[in-house]
Amino acid sequence: MKRARVAYSGAIHEATPAGADSIRLADGRVVAETDVVWLPPFEVGTVIALGLNYADHAKELAFKPQDEPLVFLKGPGALIGHRGATRRPGDATFMHYECELAVVIGKPARRVARADAMAHVAGYTIANDYAIRDYLENWYRPNLRVKSRDGATALGPWLVDAADVEAPPQRALRTLVNGGQTQSGHTRDLVFDIAFLIEYLSAFMTLAPGDVILTGTPEGVVNVDVGDEVACEIEGLGRLVNRIAGDAEFGRGSAASPPGEKKESA
Amino acid sequence: MSSPFALRAGPRIEVAPFRLSGTVYAALLNHRRSFQALGEAVAAAPYKGAPKSVVLAVKPRQSLVAPGGDVQIDDVGEALEVGAALGIVIGRTACAVAEADALDHVAGFLVVCDCTLPRAGHFRPQIRAMARDASCVLGSAVASRSEVGDPDALAIRVFVDGALAQSSSTSEHVRSTARLIADVSDFMTLMPGDVLLTGSAPEGPRVRPGARIAIEIDRVGRLETRAVSSAERPGA
Repeated sequence: MKRARVAYSGAIHEATPAGADSIRLADGRVVAETDVVWLPPFEVGTVIALGLNYADHAKELAFKPQDEPLVFLKGPGALIGHRGATRRPGDATFMHYECELAVVIGKPARRVARADAMAHVAGYTIANDYAIRDYLENWYRPNLRVKSRDGATALGPWLVDAADVEAPPQRALRTLVNGGQTQSGHTRDLVFDIAFLIEYLSAFMTLAPGDVILTGTPEGVVNVDVGDEVACEIEGLGRLVNRIAGDAEFGRGSAASPPGEKKESA
Repeated sequence: MSSPFALRAGPRIEVAPFRLSGTVYAALLNHRRSFQALGEAVAAAPYKGAPKSVVLAVKPRQSLVAPGGDVQIDDVGEALEVGAALGIVIGRTACAVAEADALDHVAGFLVVCDCTLPRAGHFRPQIRAMARDASCVLGSAVASRSEVGDPDALAIRVFVDGALAQSSSTSEHVRSTARLIADVSDFMTLMPGDVLLTGSAPEGPRVRPGARIAIEIDRVGRLETRAVSSAERPGA
């Protein structure tokens, strides 16, 4: 089963697919998928993300694979849903998408052995974990200014039940910028696989339902510019679309006043 | 974000927003002594220079301990380092606020005891050291802005088993309270009830199961907690 969370007609609804361009709300209404606001498809708890978890991507960035997974966390404001917009700051010269398989935890996991780990997975979705490389610094890298930016991690469109996906998922993933393919990979190439990650994490942090693990991205990250449409696809899970917005839309940058001025903060 | 199970009984907070959101961030390397301790290593690989932007960690929900709770230490023989921090409680949504306006977005302050595994360096996020279950204890009450006055001139004292183990002051911070809020809110909107830890002095005291920890911050309050092995922790 595939489920989404959308805002429509003044409320938030659970929704399921209903043909190519429509969705069915839990209350029975069938509406065009472009007439709703897509939210992350479940109530998200802790956002856990992996860096350098595909050997080819690590090589692309001139890193040798780690002995221990490179794990970092994001704040809740980083998340947006399908068809959202992500701001590209005016001073950025290299902002790139990262198409990732996202693993959603379904039952508490504390000190779980690798062999039992997949039973703690509720399902899967797609993440686009943007990075702005200009802001990378070598202190707690990747730092939050790169990886926990408002609206710079898209999640969705669907939460696909684990029961409907082989364990572990063996799926091709790819990214298209303005319709042209720029990134492709396959989840079989994860350096640290899902079961390992659940075992590793649950040894020191209890995973709870709603926590999500973004498993990293393969090679093929390229710069994106204001106005670009970025689509991240994973075979059988769906297509997550995002648009790159400029500073002006957010009242930021040289055209706007300095931070804080002119702006009511509440 | 759903409310964290560890915070069903949050600190007493008598000003808006009256409860915490459950989102907690910690400023890292915000103490001048951190860089003095590193010395020439700051300029060398892997760092290649002092940080330009604010350095932060997320304290995830399972790491948080409600007031009155204990710090959990997983493995016998493992010591945790106590990070004593002034926590800012956000009162009004702060997005890209100017330094001059930043304190207007503050509801108050609380004492936080943020315990981590000692770390050899600062290159990677090291969540195994910094996001451990039941490692970050929140104080029992939020002191309002007016009670606290200038948040950048507060003495912080850490006691272990009754003996003074560390002294520092928020006047030693690299970024002031207002500067920190401005810099963080440039890329992460701070919401009412979010907590932002302003940083800890380096080389905090190390504690093992059985240790009693107390942290005092002038005009903010006193936090008392205890380090316990996970075997002692109810429901663990």
